[in-house]
Amino acid sequence: MNWFLIIGVIVFWLAAWALNVWLSNRYPESRIVKFFVPTLFGVTLLVLWEGIARGADIPPILLPPPSMIWVKLTGSLDILRADFVQTFLKSALAGYIMGCGAAFITALAIDRSPFLQKGLVPVGNFVAALPIIGIAPIMVMWFGFDWHSKAAVVVVMCFFPMLVNTVEGLRASEVMQRDLMHTYAGSYWQGLAKLRLPAAMPFIFNGLKICSTLALIGAIVAEFFGTPTVGMGFRISTEVGRMNIDMVWAEIAVAALAGSVFYGIVSLIERAVTFWHPSMRS
Amino acid sequence: MQAVLGMTKRLGMFTRAKGAALPVLTVVAAIFLIWYVAAAMMNLQWERDQAERAGAEFVLTDALANTMAQERPVLPAPHQVAVELWNTTVEKKITSKRSLVYHGWITLSATLLGFLFGTILGMTLAIGIVYNRAMDMSVMPWVIASQTIPILAIAPMIIVVLNAVGISGLLPKAFISTYLAFFPIVVGMVKGLRSPDALQTDLMRTYNASANQSFWKMRLPASMPYLFASMKVAVAASLVGAIVGELPTGAVAGLGARLLAGSYYGQTIQIWSALIAAAILAASLVAIVGLAGRIVERRMGFAR
Repeated sequence: MNWFLIIGVIVFWLAAWALNVWLSNRYPESRIVKFFVPTLFGVTLLVLWEGIARGADIPPILLPPPSMIWVKLTGSLDILRADFVQTFLKSALAGYIMGCGAAFITALAIDRSPFLQKGLVPVGNFVAALPIIGIAPIMVMWFGFDWHSKAAVVVVMCFFPMLVNTVEGLRASEVMQRDLMHTYAGSYWQGLAKLRLPAAMPFIFNGLKICSTLALIGAIVAEFFGTPTVGMGFRISTEVGRMNIDMVWAEIAVAALAGSVFYGIVSLIERAVTFWHPSMRS
Repeated sequence: MQAVLGMTKRLGMFTRAKGAALPVLTVVAAIFLIWYVAAAMMNLQWERDQAERAGAEFVLTDALANTMAQERPVLPAPHQVAVELWNTTVEKKITSKRSLVYHGWITLSATLLGFLFGTILGMTLAIGIVYNRAMDMSVMPWVIASQTIPILAIAPMIIVVLNAVGISGLLPKAFISTYLAFFPIVVGMVKGLRSPDALQTDLMRTYNASANQSFWKMRLPASMPYLFASMKVAVAASLVGAIVGELPTGAVAGLGARLLAGSYYGQTIQIWSALIAAAILAASLVAIVGLAGRIVERRMGFAR
């Protein structure tokens, strides 16, 4: 026990919190403060983790301090890159594109049939609430150990949330607007391209954002059921078995970074495409 | 955050979708039809190989009939799964290791515990976020960022590490469920607690209500519809967490263990029956939370 370190960390935490409280009450509208306050909070969490892990002599097998994870992360970039390519670029991204694309095309295909929509939307909502991740072992059996089976899991996971969102988005334009298109003698396709698809964009991006987190989870968890000897899920499960917890944390850091960046990119594209939407203008 | 709000809205929708019985039944019937055709097509190859190996003549009609009754089919036909489900729930004793009720209960208990923790944690955080501006500004972005971390990927480590400290069994799985469940609750509850409009808060002020009174009499009741909508998402997420939490423990007990054991030994029918059981469990949990929500809303006078 290193009481000096622990008390120091706690003092740092209290000071940072006091600064945050002061800043957020003094300048609630400032942009810099809006960025600074959560950043300081995150840094505090890291410092608290580091200090307690070191100060209380927690064995690194249970909870390695962040500095140790960082050393491991920078020391094994090659392995991490290979895993990233296998899991993220091959499985998750391929599955994401195929799943969301298929759902989008399906939604367009059933656009003219209210009967099919009425039937598919409740079923899609129902399926979206199910633990679809469970199909992973089946997909591994069907498509083999390599990334194809993981991509298949991701396709199924992404399909239904995306379908439901797109169908709902295509309904989002108002009757007045559709009537206006009608008075312009716009054809079905013109109405779709100029009014209904743009109006559907907030919903479509909502689906894309939900699927962006699902895709990475699906790809990693599917690897627990069998992989070639590369991939984030494979690495996590084997390194846990060998008690290399710092390597697991490094892999998690990469996964978290990849997930956040992926989500961020989708959000940025959304911001560019749906700049007209009230939620983007505030 | 938007994403989850969208989900909650939509989950609320599917319980209310009435007058859609015929289209839904048509779609479900179509799914079963596709399933049977796919089962026949995918299992046919094996029959063909068998016939070739035995040197027997390949008769398509016989082979097609056989595809519906293979022991380890590539894709089991729906009725095979149904028979397996019946055998492992009704025919077996509940205490038997082969009973799906036994495995389902293990998963369900972890789910419910995690859901309870998640709800409590989520409500506490939400109240803190609504009443403390510093917490709103510092915690809320991290709550959202926390969900871009694929927690399910960390599940094995949480289980193994907690095991090493001596915590095993129900709790580690419940923690994973908690992590998945608290997020929708925070987002929905914050929105709900902030839902009273200026007129209503002004009325509380003219009554000279204290912060405490306006919380119990205005904000908390107003948040109930939002809370229950998020709880539906949270309970479904808890179940996923509990199932994935069972994978790294090495296929001992629970629905996730059934999936893993099935994939080790190529027992496809067992995988599918565990999958359907999980689906039924998820649907019933969501339905129960929805029902509870409707009862609460009716007693509070929200529902018409």
